[in-house]
Amino acid sequence: MYVAVKGGERAIAQSHELLSQARRGDPSVPELSIAQIRSQMRLAVARVMSEGSLYDEELAALAIKQAAGDLIEAIFLLRAYRTTLPRLADSLPLDTARMRIERRISAAFKDLPGGQVLGPTYDYTQRLLDFSLLEEGAPAAPTQMPNAAPISAPRVSDVLSQQGLLEQSRQSAAASPPADLTRDPILFPAERATRLQNLARGDEGFLLAMGYSTQRGYSTTHPFAGEIRFGAVPVEVFIDELGFAIEVGEVELTECQLINDFEGSATQAPHFTRGYGLAFGHAERKAMAMALCDRALRAAELGESTEQPANNEEFVLSHSDNVEASGFVQHLKLPHYVDFQTNLELLRRLRAEWETAHAARVQPAGHDPAGGAASPDTAALHPGYAEEIAE
Amino acid sequence: MNAPMQPGYNFAYLDEQTKRMIRRALLKAVAIPGYQVPFGSREMPLPYGWGTGGIQVTASVIGKNDVLKVIDQGADDTTNAVNIRSFFRKVAGVATTEKTRAATLIQTRHRIPETPLAEGQTLVFQVPIPEPLRWLEPRETETRTMHALSEYGVMHVKLYEDIVRHGRIATTYDYPVIVNGHYLMRPSPIPKFDNPKLHRNPALMLFGAGREKRVYAVPPYTDVRSLDFEDHPFSIERWEAPCALCGASDAYLDEIILDDAGGHMFVCSDTEYCADRQAAGHKGEMAA
Repeated sequence: MYVAVKGGERAIAQSHELLSQARRGDPSVPELSIAQIRSQMRLAVARVMSEGSLYDEELAALAIKQAAGDLIEAIFLLRAYRTTLPRLADSLPLDTARMRIERRISAAFKDLPGGQVLGPTYDYTQRLLDFSLLEEGAPAAPTQMPNAAPISAPRVSDVLSQQGLLEQSRQSAAASPPADLTRDPILFPAERATRLQNLARGDEGFLLAMGYSTQRGYSTTHPFAGEIRFGAVPVEVFIDELGFAIEVGEVELTECQLINDFEGSATQAPHFTRGYGLAFGHAERKAMAMALCDRALRAAELGESTEQPANNEEFVLSHSDNVEASGFVQHLKLPHYVDFQTNLELLRRLRAEWETAHAARVQPAGHDPAGGAASPDTAALHPGYAEEIAE
Repeated sequence: MNAPMQPGYNFAYLDEQTKRMIRRALLKAVAIPGYQVPFGSREMPLPYGWGTGGIQVTASVIGKNDVLKVIDQGADDTTNAVNIRSFFRKVAGVATTEKTRAATLIQTRHRIPETPLAEGQTLVFQVPIPEPLRWLEPRETETRTMHALSEYGVMHVKLYEDIVRHGRIATTYDYPVIVNGHYLMRPSPIPKFDNPKLHRNPALMLFGAGREKRVYAVPPYTDVRSLDFEDHPFSIERWEAPCALCGASDAYLDEIILDDAGGHMFVCSDTEYCADRQAAGHKGEMAA
């Protein structure tokens, strides 16, 4: 006897309760504070802010706590909050040349104005587990560096483009504000500003793989890391009533300028081209992967072959968003028994037809097999379907 | 009876500007039946692929006096239907129902109710992939042109290849239709059993695809034709045995596995229709 399963609402409430217990973990272990996540998991916070498209360290830390460390879930939480926020004003374009630099390196020049600033990085560490971190209560390192004077430096790309060696960054054709992907759907072909916006929100892992593919021959890029810089940049808003811009705060950014193959034509002298990456917080892998993808997506504009996946803007931009991808992949957990039933019905019919045809092939015509059954399974393959022409 | 509303959110969650933007897109969709209208899909507090398009459409057309029904796989009590219904109870405070006839607005995933819809009712479909040509031509820039020219030969070839390979058209759900004699449309993954209900239906049918950022519509009494061939006419599933609980022989049936020895039974996928019939005294062979 079949009894329809009811009580979904109560089961869901119980599931919520179990989730909150699982998130909290062992109650004898002290609870994580938002301040701890914010200051000690700064790279996770940066990723959630970048791909969540919202610069708010506290809310990003909250999302990470609520998501039990699942960063894509945290990004989803932050986005779902962001979507409800009113747009108060547009900032002026950020000037990353004014960055208060914490790290800045160029792989194209040995030395340059402002110097190579290593800053905090895992790059030159030996990846040996530091068992001393198992112990808590180690004395905190001094927070101030000996020479902590603010560093600022001209951007390598500006130096090169002043000499005409690197293409100028082109302003968008229209003076109108750039498209907002969270307000208007992306339409193809997309402008570069729109593509960059999509990549900035794109999943780090996806961009990393796409960028990597261009380095292994699935596209043609030969990039140099012209400059990677990380630090704080002031945000300014022009106030109509005042007639001038005021600084409303600052954001930490990682910027990557990749220098690529040159192009030239009858009207233009040969020059290097750019790939650009920008991310909130300290996120060099993301910024570099984004810059590789940006350059690969410019293939058509620069008259290069566009055959590889990384050059295909519909392919890259339609699949870069991890909140979209995660939702759609996981929607397979939703019930599909109606569509499954239609396939099951068809498959059983096809198998029954196959059995009949197979039996006819095996048994010569006119010969009645013992018992009259072509196969012991035939009955099971006919669960009682008939097909009828729709009116 | 209206439920108390969650404070801190606008009625039906979306802000009024967003609702207006979606309603404009819907008006265009109604004016051009079957045409996919791009819209500024918002990020919703439910995951993409779980009904964000349908939820946005519902949120932008729902009013305080609407009575909402939400079904998934034809059933009111599946987890996602429960979740979406409780979302709207929370953010819109509207009355909800399981009765198809009592509902003014029905959000659905994968089914059209068995009870015929009436004028004035609106059916909102959750759509995973709106583009019927997606697996035949992945490029949006190409499919837009194909739709503009009604250039659908490639779909007929696909169906023909099914016949060559399997002896019949092997598409069983999300079966392609031509709307109002022009646009090829995906009816969302409803079984082809439900396709005839799309034709000249008195209700307004709206389709929302959140992740893909498209809405489309079939206005009341619009011609909707399922693709077929003269020698392979469109057909739907029928079961020889009626529903084991209510005895209905005109409903789409789900298969329920009863044991690990191949035992199974068939029952209505539309739970409200089935319960209604049982309450009216109809009995299937396995009814209590």
